[in-house]
Amino acid sequence: MTLAGWSMILLFVVLIVALAKPAGAWMHALYARETLPLGFVERGFYKLAGIDPKAEQSWVGYAASLMMFNLGGIALLFAILKLQGVLPMNPQGFTGMESLLAFNTAVSFVTNTNWQNYGGESALSNLSQMAGLTVQNFLSAAVGIAVAFAFIRGFARKQASGIGNFWVDVTRATLYLLLPISVVLALVYVVLGVPQTFGPSVVATTIEGAKQTIAVGPVASQLAIKMLGTNGGGFFNANSAHPFENPTALSNFLQMLSIFVLGAGLTLTFGKAVGNVRQGWAILAAMMLLFVAGVAVAYGAEAAGNPIHHALGVAGGNMEGKEVRFGIAATALFAVVTTASSCGAVIGMHDSFTAIGGLVPLFNMQLGELVIGGVGSGLYAVLIYCILAVFIAGLMVGRTPEYVGKKIESREMKLAVIAIAVPPLAILGLTAVACITGAGLAGPAAKGAHGFSEILYAFTSGAANNGSAFGGLSGNTPFYNLLLALDMFVGRFGVILPVLAIAGGLAAKRRVPEGAGSFPTTGLLWIGLLAAIIVIVGGLTFLPSLALGPIADQAQVAAGTVL
Amino acid sequence: MLTETLRALRPAAVLLLLMTLVLGLLYPAAITGVAQVALPVQANGSVLSNAKGEPIGSALIAQNFTGPTYFHPRPSAAGKDGYDASSSAATNLAPGSKDLRDAIAKRVSSARAEGMTGDLPADLVTTSASGLDPDLSPEAALLQAPRVAKARGLAVAKVKSLIEAQTDTPVLGIIGEPHVNVLLLNRQLATLSATTPGQ
Repeated sequence: MTLAGWSMILLFVVLIVALAKPAGAWMHALYARETLPLGFVERGFYKLAGIDPKAEQSWVGYAASLMMFNLGGIALLFAILKLQGVLPMNPQGFTGMESLLAFNTAVSFVTNTNWQNYGGESALSNLSQMAGLTVQNFLSAAVGIAVAFAFIRGFARKQASGIGNFWVDVTRATLYLLLPISVVLALVYVVLGVPQTFGPSVVATTIEGAKQTIAVGPVASQLAIKMLGTNGGGFFNANSAHPFENPTALSNFLQMLSIFVLGAGLTLTFGKAVGNVRQGWAILAAMMLLFVAGVAVAYGAEAAGNPIHHALGVAGGNMEGKEVRFGIAATALFAVVTTASSCGAVIGMHDSFTAIGGLVPLFNMQLGELVIGGVGSGLYAVLIYCILAVFIAGLMVGRTPEYVGKKIESREMKLAVIAIAVPPLAILGLTAVACITGAGLAGPAAKGAHGFSEILYAFTSGAANNGSAFGGLSGNTPFYNLLLALDMFVGRFGVILPVLAIAGGLAAKRRVPEGAGSFPTTGLLWIGLLAAIIVIVGGLTFLPSLALGPIADQAQVAAGTVL
Repeated sequence: MLTETLRALRPAAVLLLLMTLVLGLLYPAAITGVAQVALPVQANGSVLSNAKGEPIGSALIAQNFTGPTYFHPRPSAAGKDGYDASSSAATNLAPGSKDLRDAIAKRVSSARAEGMTGDLPADLVTTSASGLDPDLSPEAALLQAPRVAKARGLAVAKVKSLIEAQTDTPVLGIIGEPHVNVLLLNRQLATLSATTPGQ
């Protein structure tokens, strides 16, 4: 580890905290339905789609709209991928995608996962990348923000029957937040060297006389929303490690900031909406605590390097699967950022990280991606843990738990437990299935404990809607295409539906004023309690699987054994 | 539940189509338009050309160099033979992989055969994440300087100072790592002497 490396990490944390405030304030304006400039655009959309923007939806109506919108999105994306061979904007002449792969990809992008069982530059037409994937990059992020808004309304409203309007939330998040920022970011990325063209590949004759076909495309426009919307699906197979998808250390730093900025801002949107912005800062502080701890472990492990390679006469940290322009500090930082959020883009190959360096991204996702988290999904995931934390604190002192003025009762707890239990059930259940079937065991490339890690990582990444991979796993098989699609679907909607149900119940309750007996949810004690409960619940659930995977892997490498 | 679902049909369908139009076609087309007019070099892949105007590669993408008169890029796992810029890829080998250890051991021994001593910089003997990493660490480039200088009949010091001149330093001293672009470095070699590259 170097001083320069830690200085960069510190600068990153400071900038995120600084950017959270304006981002949070802007999203509060969207949340609170304040009138915005260019309102005619928004109104035009509502008119054409037959939406009454003033209508309030119950949680059931909100959920039904959300499911219809997402199922429709899956169907549309599947159709585009299947038919890309006969659709325009296909300069490379790619054929339609195979059905199971197209199904997996459609579910993957609609659930904000962006797990990719294909290599972008060798499988997808420009139309598929733009009208297919880029659209869902926007919309899946907007859906996350909408659910977060609905959940916030549950806490902020008193004795209300509705939790907002899904169509309005999605439209506003897309048109007034994601799209304008993406336009600016996309142009900055082009300045830094990211291609943006509809032309075919460049065919060059290298200095030594070889023929090199260089894939290009409309990369910058997809890259901007891929990061901002914590989607993570790469234009190229190598994702943001590809020099065209991340040309310089500066473009890389910008990408990391744009992954975190909205998620961090939403904590303050929440605080403002419930009338005490310190509630938001407290959540952000707990997140940052867990984040910096993760960075320290991952950076330390990667900088220490691999003893097996040191014995061969190789110096320093682990550079297998990393790029020189980023180096070890930025690659470790990025790996934590991309898995603490639900992004899943990579600038280095997690499969080739040291065992402990690879454990951190895995553990981050298993915690439920609530350290900043995905846009929207991070906030609703961490608020579920806030409910759990006040419940546990309530048990300790023997009082009915309350959080930001809402009593947390039996219905909330039952639903919160469902939201917390569904992802681990999917992850561990499907990993177990893969480990006892031939089709499952055919997947991993690595032998021994690391092979288990590859399977565990895939199902963790899927259910957490992350999308990064231990790339050694051959995922493009009927078995993995289907099971991972199921994993992603359950991991997304198995959390969203209970969250909306809680929101509906909370919105109907009266707000109780804070009394002497209320457990304070702003101070250091609360921040520590929240962080501890997140780690303990995540740790107890997944520790056995981590012991079988990365921890056993680390022991093997430390002993100098190769497989 | 059923009424709510049916009522959602029209908004879902219309909104999906509208959004596909705006986000999937208008947005990328607008960005492409601006980029192609204002920043044509970057927008088309930072392509480098020779004196005749024919493309020789991209300033951002590694291409292979094997001859002794050139600096060699990092090993590549992209495509069948490496450096395939239409098929970026990494090895994804595990830290405890025998294949990875053997591959690194092989690269270390060819470095030794070339006369490189001491612990080798890790980037010189490992594959990158994209297989198209255009850069080397300054240390990895400096270790190749004696070979290049000898093959070109140049003073080693002259080659080393070219490497230093071509080294990019971190932004603000902390963002990024020092690195040398191999293709740009190799193009600059021609300025050092009258020898025709490749001979």
